[in-house]
Amino acid sequence: MVYTPIADSDDPHALHDPQSFISKYVWSQDHKVIAIQYALTALSVGLLALVLSGMMRLQLAFPESFTFINPSNYLQFVTMHGMIMVIYLLTALFLGGFGNYLIPLMCGTRDMVFPYLNMLSYWVYLLSVLILLASFFVPGGATGAGWTLYPPQAIMPGTPGADYGILLMLISLGVFIIAFTMGGLNYVTTVLQARCKGMSMMRMPLTVWGIFTATILGLLAFPALLVSAIMMTLDKTLGTSFFMPAVLSMGADAGYTGGSPILFQHLFWFFGHPEVYIVALPAFGMVSDVLSVHARKAIFGYRMMVWAIVAIGALSFVVWAHHMYVSGMNPYFGFFFATTTLIIAIPTAIKVYNWVLTLWRGNIRFTVPMLFAIGFIFTFTHGGLTGLFLGNVTVDLPLSDTYFVVGHFHMVMGVSPVLVLFAAIYHWFPKVTGRLLNTTMGKWHFWLTFLGTYSIYLPMHYLGFLGVPRRYFANGTSDFMPDSVQTINISITVAALIVAVVQLLFLFNLFWSLKHGEKAGSNPWEAASLEWQTPDTPPKHGNWGAELPVCHRWAYDYSVPGHATDFIPQNEPHNGEDSLEEMSAHPEEDH
Amino acid sequence: MSMPTPEQAILKSGSEGAVADWASDRETFHVPWGKAMMWIFLLSDTFIFSCFLIGYMTVRISTPVPWPIPSEVFALTIAGNSIPLVLIAIMTFILITSSGTMAMAVNFAYRGDRKKVVWLMAATALLGASFVGMQAFEWTKLIVEEGVRPWSNPMGAAQFGAAFFMITGFHGLHVTAGVIYLSIVARKVHRGDYEKKGYAIVEIAGLYWHFVDLVWVFIFAFFYLW
Ligand code: HEM
Ligand SMILES: [Cu+2]
Repeated sequence: MVYTPIADSDDPHALHDPQSFISKYVWSQDHKVIAIQYALTALSVGLLALVLSGMMRLQLAFPESFTFINPSNYLQFVTMHGMIMVIYLLTALFLGGFGNYLIPLMCGTRDMVFPYLNMLSYWVYLLSVLILLASFFVPGGATGAGWTLYPPQAIMPGTPGADYGILLMLISLGVFIIAFTMGGLNYVTTVLQARCKGMSMMRMPLTVWGIFTATILGLLAFPALLVSAIMMTLDKTLGTSFFMPAVLSMGADAGYTGGSPILFQHLFWFFGHPEVYIVALPAFGMVSDVLSVHARKAIFGYRMMVWAIVAIGALSFVVWAHHMYVSGMNPYFGFFFATTTLIIAIPTAIKVYNWVLTLWRGNIRFTVPMLFAIGFIFTFTHGGLTGLFLGNVTVDLPLSDTYFVVGHFHMVMGVSPVLVLFAAIYHWFPKVTGRLLNTTMGKWHFWLTFLGTYSIYLPMHYLGFLGVPRRYFANGTSDFMPDSVQTINISITVAALIVAVVQLLFLFNLFWSLKHGEKAGSNPWEAASLEWQTPDTPPKHGNWGAELPVCHRWAYDYSVPGHATDFIPQNEPHNGEDSLEEMSAHPEEDH
Repeated sequence: MSMPTPEQAILKSGSEGAVADWASDRETFHVPWGKAMMWIFLLSDTFIFSCFLIGYMTVRISTPVPWPIPSEVFALTIAGNSIPLVLIAIMTFILITSSGTMAMAVNFAYRGDRKKVVWLMAATALLGASFVGMQAFEWTKLIVEEGVRPWSNPMGAAQFGAAFFMITGFHGLHVTAGVIYLSIVARKVHRGDYEKKGYAIVEIAGLYWHFVDLVWVFIFAFFYLW
């Protein structure tokens, strides 16, 4: 393996500074460049997923108006939209993008522990994206099996893309998992083994905790997806019967016998539920830091927050079958999984309380990242509450596969992490580029997105109560759907299109501010954590100049009584002033 | 009040001490990076093999067709007698022996006896290669003589062949990768590439190798003995 142990080297020249443009920006082993590569790729496919959602919404609002959307296309759009958003956008952007950028800077290292492997991770990710995109162009097109890819239908004739689309999807997922593993091993090892002097685990910013725990979840959950992808590929290509029972297809025996479709569901959701937290935990961590910085207050209950992240991560492996209440499983199973699901709500609720208490009597600066962070608290609370409904077997049964579910998961794992992503981009953009994003455009972006998502997803809950099914190309006429369903669908679509257009404003802001944004200086938000204390902004190769930083305190010393400024950087030695860190560790002692 | 240094924190007792211990600055485990990373990777790989084995057990239960009897399928006729599981017994023995030679290689690596390390690693790789060779022989016999296919077989449930080829194939790939990995490391040890960096790499390769052996024990128990 090509590897130079540079992450905690005191000598920055151990790095072999890259010389040419190619080695600096293309085949780069610098975690910051890799992070940007990951982020730009993820945002590009994310844009595609957004366009797909717009087409679905057009179809739902104005059925029979668009000749280029037929039932097969619709299913392909649903599937590709869901899969891209969850895996290729959110997972890649949170871990490959922000994980790569922030872990070394926040832990005080010069790079990831294995930079070469890190570089490979990005290129393999790009390959998985290309394979995924290729599936649009093969005969039969992309798969339309739904992002859950349930067999038997995923590989049976009649489902769009059942010939080649599904295969490319499975291969692309396998390649993605390889990429993720190469990156993930790096993130975990760097956090565990290469922190700078004084940076104990309990001094790491919550961002690092969230990304770290999420990466461990990924390393343990993706195996289940990999194995199910391999088995389904064999079922499709070699005619094995892992997931395929004896079925008739188009009146003829399909040649399968004795497999278990439920096995796939178990494997898929053993991956699928932790996946929700793979995108949620980094968001939890990042939003904690953004709230704390812009409220000029220590995060409330730091230790509780850390343990809540760890507890949620652990519990997320024992709740998966709440996605399978309608699969006909044993009622005792349902009871078990409903119980664990409700238990996971406890650490989650603790986090929400602590975010709110962080704001309480804070010296809040309503910057754009702060707006997005506060918006997240709203959407996440709403999504979480509807999750309590769906976690109960009897309530879930009638709501399953309706728009209530679509409303729920978009609130909790669609909109909420995306709002945090926006918060994070506005917050860390100055570190990455040296310039601030434009605030006016940012505020428009926030308000239209935030109000827009509510106008999109709140009505969906109501549609779900009426029984409007998800993944339907058109609703037609039926006894249980009043005419108002169509009116609501139109208003949702209008909101969705507005939200989509606003994202173009955001993209414009990104490019515009790169050139014309206000110069940020090294620490525009007056933040305490280590990434804002780099000698150069944007940080140079090796991050820390001649000497590695030394960490003297936690990342949350804001508004410390008796101190001249309202924040104390993590690398500033103690001068006899109180540290909030000690108070938070032992709140029972009187200070 | 001043902060306890991480060193002081370690002195705390009980569960708080355990937390402080793990959370000390710089590194959590006092091992080289590569070793920590290998452990984490193996943990992840454990989940892969567990999923394979659980999948196999599930389809074995779900199929309505009777499961072939492994001790009969995996018998070899030697000198006119059919001996159950004999090839597998030899393969297992070989793989476990190779763990022994690998452990000795690690030992000599830390003593700095490069020559012995190279020989023992080469022996390990050779044993591994012969394991893969025997596996190829077993596959050929099943496919050519017994007519077992991934999608069907004359002896009973179709999932028998499917699970067999998939799981032993995936494990065989691990062994093959291990043989290549060991050969590369052995070559570099021979060249003296690690004189400066130290010989942790031999132990790291060893970890991987022992893991692949351990997985085989489970496959052996669940597939051949059940
Ligand atoms: C403006 C933003 C978005 C809009 C308008 C939108 C719209 C939609 C629509 C119309 C569907 C199909 C519903 C159906 O026919 O069953 C859908 C499905 C889905 N969306 Fe979104 N979505 C958006 C953002 C997101 C984001 C950020 C995520 C990230 C998690 C996401 C994840 C999914 C998933 C997982 C599905 C399910 C796919 C399936 O049923 O297989 N969406 N979305
Ligand atoms: Cu779930």
